[in-house]
Order: sequence, then C-alpha cells, then structure tokens
Amino acid sequence: MSINATLLIQIIAFVLLIWFVNKVLWGPISKLMEERQKRIADGLSAAEKGKRELEMAEKRAKEVLKDAKEQAQNIIGQAEKRANEIVDDAKTKAQEEADRVRAGAQAELAQEVAAAREQLRSEVAQLAVAGAGQILAIEIDAAKHQDLLDRLVKQI
Amino acid sequence: MGTVEYIQHHLANNAIGEGFWTFHLDTIFVSVALAALIIFVSMRLGKRLETGVPSGFQNGVEGVLDFVSGQVRDTFPGKNALIAPLALTIFLWVWLMNFMDLVPVDLVPMLAQMITGNPDFHLKLVPTTDLNTAMAMSLTVFGLVLFYNIKVKGLWGFIKMFLFHPFGKWFVPFNIVMTLIEEVSKPLSLGLRLFGNMFAGELVFLLIALIGGTLAVGIGALFWAPLQALLDLGWLIFHLLVITLQSFIFMVLTIVYLGMAHTEMDDH
Repeated sequence: MSINATLLIQIIAFVLLIWFVNKVLWGPISKLMEERQKRIADGLSAAEKGKRELEMAEKRAKEVLKDAKEQAQNIIGQAEKRANEIVDDAKTKAQEEADRVRAGAQAELAQEVAAAREQLRSEVAQLAVAGAGQILAIEIDAAKHQDLLDRLVKQI
Repeated sequence: MGTVEYIQHHLANNAIGEGFWTFHLDTIFVSVALAALIIFVSMRLGKRLETGVPSGFQNGVEGVLDFVSGQVRDTFPGKNALIAPLALTIFLWVWLMNFMDLVPVDLVPMLAQMITGNPDFHLKLVPTTDLNTAMAMSLTVFGLVLFYNIKVKGLWGFIKMFLFHPFGKWFVPFNIVMTLIEEVSKPLSLGLRLFGNMFAGELVFLLIALIGGTLAVGIGALFWAPLQALLDLGWLIFHLLVITLQSFIFMVLTIVYLGMAHTEMDDH
C-alpha cells in the first residue's frame, strides 16, 4: 500500500485513456451535438423567416384585393355613367327626331290648308261674280266694278 | 480466519516485484479493463450515432457530456480543447473504478480463488483504493498544471508567481515557500482525497461483511445475517452518492486547477 511502479503504469494508462476518450467519445459526440445544435438553430431561423414571409404575403394579398375592389368599383361607376349618357343621348335624339317629324307634318298641313283656302277663295269669288252677274246682268259691268269685286274677294 | 487477517487479506494487492519496482497486478488489470470498457462502449456507440433524435443510451451519454462540458464552461476561463475530454475521462474512469467498491467485497476475490485454486489469492478490486491510481491521476493533472502555467504565463511569469505571490516583492523567500506549499498541496490533496474516501468506504464494507462472517456462530446467524444485509444496503446506497461525489470533485478540481494555470496572476 505504498507508492511504487504501479504509479507509472497508471499514469500511462490514464494518458492513453484521455487520448482514446477524446478520439472515440468526446470528439464524435460533441461534433454531433454541435451539428444538431446548428441544425436546430437553422430550422428555427428558417421557420421564423417563413413566418415573416407568410405575414408579408398576406399583407400583399390584402392590398391586391383592396386595389381590385377599388378598381371594380371604379369600372362599375364608369359603366353606369356611360349607360346613363347613352340613354340620355338616345332620348335627346328621339325627341329631336320627333320634333322634326312633327314640324314637317305641320308645315305640310299648313301649306295644304293655305292652298285649299286659296282655291276656295277664288272659286267663291267666281261664284259670287257669276251670281251677282246673273242677278245684276245689266247694271253691273265687270270692268267697271272690278275694284268692288277685288275688295269682295279679299273679304272672303 | 481472524478479523485482522481477513481485513489485511482484503487490503493487500496482488503484487509482483520488489521495492519500488513492485507492480500491483490487480489494480492495473481492473483499471485497464475499465478503461477498455469505456473505449469499447464508446466505439460501439460511435458506430450507430444518430444526428436526429438520440435514443436511449446515446441520450444518456449526451447528458453526461453536456453535464461535463457545462462544468467546464462554468469553471474554466478561456479555451482549451483538452480540458473537456480530460474532465470527461476523469469523471467516467474514476466513477467506474469507484463503482467496483459496490461489488460485494468477497464476491470477486472468492471467484478468483476458486478459479486459480489458490486460497491465498489476493485481489483488490477497487483501483482507487490503491494510492498509486489516485496519485497517478493527480500527478498527471499536476504535470498539465505545470505545463500550462509555463505555457500561458511564460517561464518568467511562472517564476514571478513563486517570487511575488502572495505577499508582494518584500517577502520573496516567504513567498517561495508559500507558493511551493500551495502548488504541491494541489496534487497531494487531489489524490489523497480520492484515495482516502474510497479506502475508508472499502474498509466500512469489510467491517460490515465481518458482522455476518465472524460474529455469526450457530443460532446467532439468524440475527446477524439480516443485520449485515441491512447495513450493507444502507452503506451501499450512501456510498453510491460518495463515489459519484468523489469522481465529480476530482473532475471539478482538475478543471479549477487547470483554469488557475490559465489565468494571469495579478501583480502585487
């Protein structure tokens, strides 16, 4: 139970064991644990990145949707305006056409009335002259009373 | 067999050689076998390491490694790739050698005596109850402490540590003595603490074993044998704590001493 050469053997055994432990146990496993740590860290950061990207995409999707809605609203508004315009236009045109047609018809009517009146007037004058001539065949000279006859024609 | 002979028989090593050149064959055999066990299991494990989710045994080993590297991180300043494997080696090897203490004291020597057919065959199973093993490790650590002291502080810095520490330049001779005692006491206390604890623990196991062995005669065995079993169980459970604590202390002190070797002394 005293110090002897066993000490030297044990020192050698100890040093060798340190070398072996470093080689076959500490080295591989600590490397593996480091790798795993790195992988977990990478995974976590990737998940974080994915989450951020998803948030951004959602935001962008919302914006796009809002834009589309606004645009659709605009288009609908414009279309309604345009439709109103077209209807108004058609109405005005129809009104104008109707006015024109009515004006034409009235003018024709007036012309025909005037022509008929003229014809009637001259016929009545002839009738009156003929009647008066028959009654006053002697006394009345057509040439002499031309003034009177004209005045009569106008009064009719 | 008398009590004194029984204990002496159990505390004697199976030795060959004379004087200094004596080799304790049992100590060397058991410690090397346990070292081989560590290496063998490590290699077996190394072949089927899983990077993903570790299972069962690998998980346990990783837990031990994590614990050791945590201790190194907490206690050791700076970086040195040797410290963590060294600490792990100490923890595993010392624990396994201490664990031999929990094998029933008579079991393996009796087996060896039966196999060899020699009733006087000596086999001391616990290498750490041999002063040589404990001192071999503490001296190796001491050698590393000296090496890193000189490597980190430089030769002049190392000498300065002896000259001007702890009381400044006006107490140079006194400082030399103080620092010398301080430095030498490190490996001595490191080795002797382990040896003393394990030796005492082994002795208690032997004394408990004696209760049933020599005191029990005839009808008395009915009382003494259960008492022995009970005491043995109690001391076993307590000793399980002791062996773990001793290997942990050896490891932590190694880290601390090497850490001190890596720290620059403040000038006085």
